[in-house]
Amino acid sequence: MKWMAVGSASIAALSTFSSCNSDKLDAFFQQHFTELDDEELQQVMERLEREYKQKFNVDIEVSSTPPIENVVFGYGLDLSKCIGCRRCVFACVEENNQSRNPEIQWIRVLEMEKDKGVDLLHTNPYYTPDEVPEEGHFYMPVQCHQCANPPCVKVCPVKATWQEPDGITVVDYNWCIGCRYCMAACPYGARRFNWSAPQIPAGEINPNTDYLGNRPRGNGVVEKCTYCIQRTRNGKYPACAEICPTGSRKFGNLLDEGSEIRMIMKNKRVFIFKEELNTQPRFYYFYGT
Amino acid sequence: MHLKEFIIGSIKAILRGSRVYWAWITLLLVLIGIGIVSYYNQAVNGLVTTSMRDQVSWGFYIGNFTFLVGVAAAAIMLVIPAYIYNWKPLKEIVILGELLAISAIIMCLLFILVDMGHPERFWHMFPFIGKLRLGQSILSWDSVVLTLYLVLNFVIASHILFRAFRIKDYSKRYVIPLILLSVPAGIAIHTITAFLYNGIAARPFWNSAILAPKFLASAFCSGPAIMIILFQVLRRTTKLEIEDRALWKLAELMAYTMFFNLFLTGAEIFKEAYSDTEHKLFTEYLYFGIGEHNKIVPYGWLAIIFDTIAFILFLVPATRKNIITLNLGAVLIYTGVYIEKGIGLIIPGFTPDTLGEIYEYFPSRTEIFVTIGIFSAGFLLYTLLLKVAVPIILGELTYKTHSKSGH
Repeated sequence: MKWMAVGSASIAALSTFSSCNSDKLDAFFQQHFTELDDEELQQVMERLEREYKQKFNVDIEVSSTPPIENVVFGYGLDLSKCIGCRRCVFACVEENNQSRNPEIQWIRVLEMEKDKGVDLLHTNPYYTPDEVPEEGHFYMPVQCHQCANPPCVKVCPVKATWQEPDGITVVDYNWCIGCRYCMAACPYGARRFNWSAPQIPAGEINPNTDYLGNRPRGNGVVEKCTYCIQRTRNGKYPACAEICPTGSRKFGNLLDEGSEIRMIMKNKRVFIFKEELNTQPRFYYFYGT
Repeated sequence: MHLKEFIIGSIKAILRGSRVYWAWITLLLVLIGIGIVSYYNQAVNGLVTTSMRDQVSWGFYIGNFTFLVGVAAAAIMLVIPAYIYNWKPLKEIVILGELLAISAIIMCLLFILVDMGHPERFWHMFPFIGKLRLGQSILSWDSVVLTLYLVLNFVIASHILFRAFRIKDYSKRYVIPLILLSVPAGIAIHTITAFLYNGIAARPFWNSAILAPKFLASAFCSGPAIMIILFQVLRRTTKLEIEDRALWKLAELMAYTMFFNLFLTGAEIFKEAYSDTEHKLFTEYLYFGIGEHNKIVPYGWLAIIFDTIAFILFLVPATRKNIITLNLGAVLIYTGVYIEKGIGLIIPGFTPDTLGEIYEYFPSRTEIFVTIGIFSAGFLLYTLLLKVAVPIILGELTYKTHSKSGH
């Protein structure tokens, strides 16, 4: 064990040759999120805040809110209401500190043809009309489905991504090795990779962040929708649900029988995207009218 | 123990060579240099220097990895014919396969490393100090069996060579069981690599039970293809005696496995074409393209054509026994399987992506240069290993020759 530590240390020393400081060494040796005790986690979050300050020259607060007991989050999306305005996409980008260059977006809105129905081979994610909705089309936003049986979690060789007790699949961006096996495994195209160093103008950064959620990511790691873990664990709606002008987006606690999401599941016609793959999503498409 | 003599003797063997040898080494070093410069560029600017994107998130690197796992697995398959046909110098043949397996696995590991977003976090995959997730992740299992296979081959090869260096016979009691163990281990590394893709329900092109048997069948062809060429080089440049008969037997064996490979390919194509579901689209992309997206179509066909020609060449005794058509067949098979398992396997798996989008992938210059660099590194390693191993198994390099020449 000792020689390995020495070996890794020398690699770390080499890689940080130019600006060798203890923060970089600590970052290299940082343990997996689930193995940090409270004090260690605190130190890690403070280190990240220093890193971000140096990088963006903005005071960013990194916190870590634990899951709420007896809560499992679920999402409903009303296909009969969505007009494809993509306001959810941009609210998500701003809330979750997604890279502006290259552009990363966690939500992909698919434009579909009404006479074809939900048919992936006839979709266009890059539609740019002057006005939406377009004649003869409907819209299907796709984002992480927070599956109860997530294939992406199953394939990760280092447990860098896992499902939290409230049903949210998270990524430890400091543990991910960037092998992208999870991206191959996800049937919903929900995962994004940082192919180069993400860039966000300092003025556009959201400084209220969660370790497992919207804190700025680095080059070479995978990221994804967390149902705005930094908001929803503190009693707020996800940014996409809050901004939606048509009320297509519904969010709530699946364990609470009185919640709106449970009402929808009971009373509306719900469909599960790619149900044959048995991913058991906690993201339900429904037809409200 | 003669360890010192072994090391000095090895270094001397490596440094002694013809002009052709040094030209070869220089060429490889230059190509490795180009690879390193390209990788440096990738490391600084990120994987954006490759053509991979979110839609096609694996590409040329992982394709090469897959192909080379096959080479590593097949190298040891030589052990089986060596037993079945009772070739005289068993250890000579086996050791060449072992060393090829070692070189191929090292190349595999390099391809994985260059594909990673964070190669310096490699230690996260180690048990105990990292968090290796054994159980569900096939990639974890793959890394474990690849490592075991590397160790196994290293132990066998170094034991046989070191014993021969000391003019002693290798210990049959230990080596024979280990060699026999390496046969299922070879099958295991390739099966598990196939499962890596096979288990992904999100990608219908891979999610087929035929994948693992097909991997094995094509590996049985590509590994011996290298050996056929190599044996001819070695018997010309060294005193190693390899009969034509041995080459013909290898080619015959390859004809059968290539038939099986083509048969499985045909079975797969039938299923897609006849059932005519949405899933047919991935196979269509490989062989016909989708709309204007047809960059990899020529490669799809090249693989099938090369495989078929080589199959016929190796099936007909006259062309199998003709040295020109024999070599042509070996090159065709190598190229055919290389395409089939690289670009032909990875890219259609991702095209169209899970939400129906088509992103046309073709390797970038960085990917091609880094790949050339890794192949050169592998060839260099194999060349140097052979440079030491061949004189030892011929009895030309022992601890005695060293002390004679050394004093």
